[in-house]
Amino acid sequence: MTTLAATGVLRVSWLLLAFPVFGAAVLLLGGRRTNRWGHLLGVAMPLAAFVYGVIAYFTLLGHSGNREIDLHMYSWIPVAGFQANIGLLIDPLSVCFVLLITGVGSLIIIYSVGYMAHDIDRRRFFGYMNLFVAAMLLLVLADNYLALYAGWEGVGLASYLLIGFWQFKPSAAVAAKKAFIANRVGDAGLSLAVMLMFAEYGTFTFSGVDAGVKHSGSGVALALGLLLLLGACGKSAQVPLQSWLLDAMEGPTPVSALIHAATMVTAGVYLMVRSNPILAYSADARIAVAIVGAVTLLFGGIIACAKDDIKKSLAGSTMSQIGYMMLGAGLGPAGYAFAIGQLLAHGFFKAGLFLGAGSVMHGMNDEVNMRRYGALGRIMPITSVTFGLAYLAIIGIPPFSGFFTKDPIIDAAWGSGGTQGWLLGGAAIIGAGITAFYMTRMMLMTWFGAKRWDEHAHPHESPGVMTWPMVVLAVGSVGAGAFLIIDDRLVDFLAPVVGSPPVSHGLFTWPGGIALILVVLAAAGAWAIYGRVPVPATAPRGSFVTNAARKDLYGDALNESALMRPGQWLTRLSVYFDSRGVDGLVNTLAATVGGSSGRLRRIQSGFVRSYALSMLIGAVLLVAGLLVVRL
Amino acid sequence: MNGFPWLTVAGAIPLAGALAVLLVPSLPRDSAPGDVEARTRLVKVLALAFSLIALVFVIVMATRFSTTGPDFQFTEQYSWIPQFGVHYALGVDGIALVLIGMTVVLMPVVILASWHDADNAKRSVKTYFALMLVLETMMIGVFAATDVFLFYVFFEAMLIPMYFMIGSFGVGPRQYAAVKFLLYSLLGGLLMLVAVIALYVYAGQSAATGHHGTFLFSTLVHVSLSPTVQKWLFLGFFIAFAIKAPLWPFHTWLPDASFSAQPGAAVLMLGVMDKVGTFGMIRYCLELFPAAFRYFTPLVLTLAVISILYGAIVAIGQTSVKRLIGYTSVSHFGFIVLGIFALTSQGQSGATLYMVNHGFATGAIFLLAGFMIARRGSDRIADYGGVQKVAPLLAGLFLVSGLALLSLPGLSTFVSEFLVLAGTFSRYKVAATFATAGIILAAIYVLWMYQRAMNGPVSESVSAMPDLKARELAAVVPLIALIIAMGVYPKPVLDVINPAVQSTMSQVHSTDPVPAHPVSASVSVSAGAQP
Repeated sequence: MTTLAATGVLRVSWLLLAFPVFGAAVLLLGGRRTNRWGHLLGVAMPLAAFVYGVIAYFTLLGHSGNREIDLHMYSWIPVAGFQANIGLLIDPLSVCFVLLITGVGSLIIIYSVGYMAHDIDRRRFFGYMNLFVAAMLLLVLADNYLALYAGWEGVGLASYLLIGFWQFKPSAAVAAKKAFIANRVGDAGLSLAVMLMFAEYGTFTFSGVDAGVKHSGSGVALALGLLLLLGACGKSAQVPLQSWLLDAMEGPTPVSALIHAATMVTAGVYLMVRSNPILAYSADARIAVAIVGAVTLLFGGIIACAKDDIKKSLAGSTMSQIGYMMLGAGLGPAGYAFAIGQLLAHGFFKAGLFLGAGSVMHGMNDEVNMRRYGALGRIMPITSVTFGLAYLAIIGIPPFSGFFTKDPIIDAAWGSGGTQGWLLGGAAIIGAGITAFYMTRMMLMTWFGAKRWDEHAHPHESPGVMTWPMVVLAVGSVGAGAFLIIDDRLVDFLAPVVGSPPVSHGLFTWPGGIALILVVLAAAGAWAIYGRVPVPATAPRGSFVTNAARKDLYGDALNESALMRPGQWLTRLSVYFDSRGVDGLVNTLAATVGGSSGRLRRIQSGFVRSYALSMLIGAVLLVAGLLVVRL
Repeated sequence: MNGFPWLTVAGAIPLAGALAVLLVPSLPRDSAPGDVEARTRLVKVLALAFSLIALVFVIVMATRFSTTGPDFQFTEQYSWIPQFGVHYALGVDGIALVLIGMTVVLMPVVILASWHDADNAKRSVKTYFALMLVLETMMIGVFAATDVFLFYVFFEAMLIPMYFMIGSFGVGPRQYAAVKFLLYSLLGGLLMLVAVIALYVYAGQSAATGHHGTFLFSTLVHVSLSPTVQKWLFLGFFIAFAIKAPLWPFHTWLPDASFSAQPGAAVLMLGVMDKVGTFGMIRYCLELFPAAFRYFTPLVLTLAVISILYGAIVAIGQTSVKRLIGYTSVSHFGFIVLGIFALTSQGQSGATLYMVNHGFATGAIFLLAGFMIARRGSDRIADYGGVQKVAPLLAGLFLVSGLALLSLPGLSTFVSEFLVLAGTFSRYKVAATFATAGIILAAIYVLWMYQRAMNGPVSESVSAMPDLKARELAAVVPLIALIIAMGVYPKPVLDVINPAVQSTMSQVHSTDPVPAHPVSASVSVSAGAQP
């Protein structure tokens, strides 16, 4: 399928980037002068992008045939044989993301006006948020992998800045750094993928790779698929690069809602779905994607069950839900559209849950421990009702969003056949039960039961600027799934990009039915533990599994023993070798031998010898190299 | 050929500035402090003015450079020592031009940033700024020389001002560092001198020169040398350049020198002088000895990858800001050498662009670190903490320069680093893959340093730290602006570099590896490009 050059109103689709870039530039360069009205500009720019996004969406709908529109912006890195452009691809897939990012993004940014009202650095916050929106839009709109990579690292930067927004807290500073470094591991994979595309096809545009991968064989497709998957694991907090997301909750809650739930962390799913032409040529790569998704959906869910910190429990849930999307993406055309459906619906209900959590924290002196909550339902009616609707959506009760978007993934996983179907489908069904358990637990601990607050807490409902966005998101939590899935609206809309599922799913499938029964049972189980009996204000000791889950299933411990400690030793050894081995040792030796000489002479004799040793090592290497070359 | 002597004038302007600075009469010892201050300010303003004139002059010159014209432009050639065929010959191609451009941009920045660096030294302020300007002349000369002997003269002569800048005006064990720097460089230079003389002798035996010995680069490229001779001469040049660059294991002088030099001097050393090494690898090692270049490629690529990873790992472990930045340069020079020896269009263009970008990025972060150190009086990272709270401008600009060190897309360094990696990958997959690990290590050394120095609670010793002053901002902001501009739109610079790279590639009969499954241009173009 060829792309069309942008015409009409789409010729100015660069405005999508220009609005938030302008906002970020003014707010970050303008300094204190912009303090008074900065947040207004910070809201206006993403809103303007959203308005344009809606126009672009309807313009695209107006194109009856070909809906892949390309806007070439400029030649970015021109070198012989290597042509990197900045160009935007407006197609059904990217438009879905544009609407999600600017729509949900604007709501969350409006909410932040209230949430960050008392922060002295509010203007800077809005500057970073605009920077994020700009980078995220570049990520999903780029028409080639290198420009995508620029957006990819750009959102990583925004995430770093926003996790560490309260950088005076050492924990926030460490969490920000950890997130960036874990992401960089993934980014290395993505950049190697771009290099491999260049070496194989001489291009890294989506359409060029699409054309090239048909001829390059499954080996190259597998390598590309795995490298891209590594990138996706970093960005989307999938096993084994998951550990940063839980710490990322150090950032202000709107950041967790926008970046670490609704949009940025789903970029890995976007990458896999966008790369569907590559995955089409490697079944092994698809399996790898599906396995990563299935493992993470269980892994994240188990962690979410054990956390008392409401944000960390939601973070575990995010990992788990993105696991569903990855699983869907790993199923090929059977799952791509549903992965995106789950992603869009998740954008609504998870953002709603995080904003609800933020609303509770706002009224409770930033308390995050759910064991200190309880009986908040009547005090915060709007928050609790919107939270409750999002709850029904995430656990997949019909007719709420999650039911429509999750069931097809479960069914498609089951339908992939054989042992694979048993394992992937089984994981997806069990995951649904786990979701119901931890979400019911969260509901009960927060809104119901006896109050367990601090005596200094004076919980109150949040102001309108915060509750209205939650209301809008709740509407999405209720209706988005039905809107997207019924009549195959999303499936048909995305079909030109990702292909159509081979079989169509009814609204009620029997694997989905089993999942639904499990959901009800798990919710009842949660009620038995956290609803029927009072919740203790301090966490009980818990079983082996609970404790493991509280420690993020030892993700950090593993990183520490497998990477950090050896890394530290390697660093120390190298520093020692460099200052003592090559240089210092000889200097010291010379100093000792020539102890009676003047200082300068000692030093000088030191150098010559140290020089000589360096040269000797160099010479040995040269000789060794010559020998190698001869062979 | 000998039109207006653009390059001679460009080099002469700073030299004239140095003379002007030295001619400012000194005041007697017992003069009033106010008079002394006025006098030193005059010296600094003069130095700054001449460096700015040189900048403007080179900008005008660059606008007259034709990207479709001959390889070498603004050429001048005069016989200097006819007995030995030595010429005073100058000329620049795109590669040399952008390096001269970087030099003249950095010089006023460094002068402005070093405003008070010499105030407390025992030597005179005049000498310090005169040395800087002399150094600028030498550096313009070394990039512009098209006679190998003239190049050698500049190559050695530029050590002298730097030796005094470190030894007399530096900090800590400065004499140790200065002597070490000098000895390393001189020994490398001696090896090169042997090779230069040998080149003259072999040129005299070649029919291409009509059996007249010569040092003219334009003639020497046509001299065919036997493979054995090439290998020996290559080594003579290469070791000198590898010390300068610096490549592992020839790097150990660098951390000491960057620690002991004043920030401004360190920027000139890391940013400009060391580029002569990598510039020389392209101009001399590659173009004069292409066969030997290919022969040694596996070895050099190995050393380059070791430099990238080793420099980064040792940087992570540093406790001193200045040493840390010094080691990051070891890593970055590894990338430059990697790009050069990959011998692809992308690698060569990327390596050249990397030289420029590294000058600006390392320049910015080193100067900012210098401002911070000057406030607190310590270069130990552990002595800081929470600087972002008290000096947000300093911390913010430090972060942007740090992000440039770790090659964040959108900043100039990403463009060059990715070109180097992609250009290497298309021919040497293993080397490029190892080198890519360097981007993870870069994130660790930059962000860990930033976290320790700038984040966290405000440490008591920095609580009264003032933010950047107007002079300091004026020095650093242009660099940051260039870093961003060249990251978003590097095309103007690449357009200057590319023709020179193509000419070099065809000169040594090298072609880029063809993609294994090339996608026809029409398909790849349909997604975006226009005619």
